Amino acid sequence: MKLKSLSIPVLAATALAAAGPVKLLNVSYDPTRELYQDINAAFAKQWKAKTGVVVEIDQSHDGSGKQARAVIDGLQADVVTLGLAYDIDVISEKAGLLAKNWQTRLPNNSAPYTSTVVFLVRKGNPKHIKDWDDLVKPGVAVITPNPKSSGGARWSYLAAWGYALKHNNNDQNKAREFVTKLYKNVPVLDSGARGSTTTFAQRGIGDVLLSWENEAYLALNELGKDKVEVVTPSISILAEPPVSVVDKIAAKHGTTEVAKAYLEFLYSEQGQEIAARNYYRPRLASVAAKHAAQFPKLGLFTIDELFGGWQKAQKKHFDDGGVFDKIYTPGA
Amino acid sequence: MREPARPKNAAGSRTSRFRNSSILPGFWPAFSYTILYLSLIVLIPLSAVFLKSVSSSPEHFWKTISSPQVVASYRLSFGASLVAGLVSVAIGFLVAWVLVRYEFPGKALADALVDLPFALPTAVAGIALTSLYTENGWLGRYLVPLGIKVAFTPLGVVVALTFIGLPFVVRSVQPVLADADQELEEAASSLGASRWQIFSRVIFPLVRPALLTGFALAFARALGEYGSVIFISGNLPMRTEITPVLIVTKLEQYDYAGATAIAVVMLVTSFLLLLGINAVQRRTRKYMEPV
Repeated sequence: MKLKSLSIPVLAATALAAAGPVKLLNVSYDPTRELYQDINAAFAKQWKAKTGVVVEIDQSHDGSGKQARAVIDGLQADVVTLGLAYDIDVISEKAGLLAKNWQTRLPNNSAPYTSTVVFLVRKGNPKHIKDWDDLVKPGVAVITPNPKSSGGARWSYLAAWGYALKHNNNDQNKAREFVTKLYKNVPVLDSGARGSTTTFAQRGIGDVLLSWENEAYLALNELGKDKVEVVTPSISILAEPPVSVVDKIAAKHGTTEVAKAYLEFLYSEQGQEIAARNYYRPRLASVAAKHAAQFPKLGLFTIDELFGGWQKAQKKHFDDGGVFDKIYTPGA
Repeated sequence: MREPARPKNAAGSRTSRFRNSSILPGFWPAFSYTILYLSLIVLIPLSAVFLKSVSSSPEHFWKTISSPQVVASYRLSFGASLVAGLVSVAIGFLVAWVLVRYEFPGKALADALVDLPFALPTAVAGIALTSLYTENGWLGRYLVPLGIKVAFTPLGVVVALTFIGLPFVVRSVQPVLADADQELEEAASSLGASRWQIFSRVIFPLVRPALLTGFALAFARALGEYGSVIFISGNLPMRTEITPVLIVTKLEQYDYAGATAIAVVMLVTSFLLLLGINAVQRRTRKYMEPV
């Protein structure tokens, strides 16, 4: 008697598991936490309506490079949505988990939304920081993480370099001088973007924080407009955080189809709307027009234009013995 | 490890390698378990580090461990740990002395406070110390105008490491002091010894092994410390970057071989230093034995 009554729930549970929800793991970088909470809820609803299948999406967040390493080391990511293309390149290169040409598989370099690097300053902007030039002035303390460990910091570094190039007739030496001077004004190098935001916001260190645009607005909302201000420089870099299905892992889980749909959803009107509400610049013109007031106009250059892509930029600037290391090596 | 079952009579055991002179039976099971445990928990993970480090060419290995930035970080890591260990010994001895020899209200509380750094997540300690010592922190606002910068300097690293290391010294010395026979001091005093002589000839030799143990623990702990230091040091290359930070940076750059190469240097150096400290300790203990 007892055995029978036990076996019924067990059977029921097995049946449920068979038709249970599809699970998807999205491995992302630090500041997208809020964005993907919204996206996941919206996509799950849409997918249920369209196919009748319940999809549960788990998110994992950390520094972009750290996340790429976790995937290489075996984290079962069906999709990756990271801070820079180089980190997904590395997953392809070191672990062979996705095709080399992954970045061409989705529109806009596989980056459904963009961002840029802006400045977060203290209320009233006491040091009068308006543009990149103001960052190298003596007595200005700049907070930015270590570009060797932080994806966001690499965008900031390259933005500064690009600004200097544009203002010095593409003179690489002048640009190097400018960036060296800038880093002499950096009192703390945290390992990641969130760490730097904490240093600036919570611990009150520094006059200006170089930050992702979306992260800057989040900080503004969190800290209040009576504490900090966002300053948009005249020009900056077009940051394109890319997304991709991790082919081999998705195939193993049988989630390729839903993973693809998930990423395509990011390009849809609804997905773009959610991105814009989370302070990411949308690609879709209609959504961009609607949110134009939210995103100040500024000159944007791409990494391909000025640096010949991530692979080259990484090698020249951030690899061991590269330009960034030399900034700190005396006599170099 | 050479004398697995610690014999009561140290002089007799030197002649044979495996002598079981314990009054409790079960030498072999206990010894086997010791080896098994050490292998699983200590030796296998560590040998994995060694194996990974040799996965690259010797040139890469050497280039990594001898680059100026890495060498500067050894100096800071070992230097700051050494200073912090010594400061912990001095202050820890004092704290232990006060806790053992004096009665005062709130003593139980003070005693419990000593252990707090053990329990506190080190990141919390690091953040707290940093906000205390930055220019507009509670202490920093008075220290910085005097020219004493703690946050984002090597001094800050020492402060964080001392915070972490202090309980090790206190907890090593305290029981020894508590057990020390006060009659010895009275006898010395009645024989005409000055206070300094009593301290240097009677008390200090008694606690020296414990102080050494405390120092070794505090020093070793300081070398490996990461969580609290990264907040207070500022992590500026060549100036305030500790070696563990560089290991993490190498990992971030997918340079596993480089990361393990630096780890191997730290491991080997720490092991040699600890071996040295243990040797000194054995000597002092032997010197104590006839008493």
